[in-house]
Amino acid sequence: MIYSLLVLSSPVSGHTAQTAAAFAHAVLARGHSIKRVFFFDDGTYNGSSQAIFPQDETDRLQPWLDLSQQHSVELILCISSAIRRGLLDDTEAQRYDKSGSGIHSAFTVSGLGQLVDATAHSDRLVTFGG
Amino acid sequence: MSSERRKTLIVVRRAPYGSSLSRASLDAALALAAFDQLVDILFMGDGVLHLLPDQMSSNIGVKNVGKLLSSLPLYDIDAVYLDASAAQQYQVDTANTPVTAQQLDNAGIQRLLAEYDHLLGF
Repeated sequence: MIYSLLVLSSPVSGHTAQTAAAFAHAVLARGHSIKRVFFFDDGTYNGSSQAIFPQDETDRLQPWLDLSQQHSVELILCISSAIRRGLLDDTEAQRYDKSGSGIHSAFTVSGLGQLVDATAHSDRLVTFGG
Repeated sequence: MSSERRKTLIVVRRAPYGSSLSRASLDAALALAAFDQLVDILFMGDGVLHLLPDQMSSNIGVKNVGKLLSSLPLYDIDAVYLDASAAQQYQVDTANTPVTAQQLDNAGIQRLLAEYDHLLGF
């Protein structure tokens, strides 16, 4: 079965985003596939390369990086949600004359069309947060 | 974009203006409609407050959700549903909502949720 995930929760507040990443790993472990993970609203904070978490807390970023690097899962940050939160990739930083990228290279910034495409091409779209 | 058209229901459960999720849910609905997908909206729980008439959001410096809702038919989002018990609880004047919304009781909501390929809950 083809799954997509819609992640609305920030990694800072609660554990919903961590649950989403764990769910994605479980989906793959069961032999299903993931079309895309779409991060929207506060969910876009998951793509920050600048967030520092205390060393005695679970790494919030690594589970997403594993999905991207080990399983080639597409991680998309909603562009309008991201830029209003100060999350810019190199292109957007240049466009708005801001310094540097704050987005990890495993994530891609794109539009809501990617969410629409995920609904059209997935058997299941699972929302986390909201 | 695929020629496949799946039916998606946007479920709005949060009050407008309290967080950015309200705007996000409506943006998702508009995007789905813009890409020619079948999309309807259900306002339930605190979400029914989206349908209050005469919203004066300029007082708090944000865009007017009521105005956006009144434009939904232009985007081919025809079916808007309203949780009747929550509307009663919040005394939403269902005769004067910004967009025409069909009231559903709990059994009606259950039946509605079963009709869609995807539910996006905000």
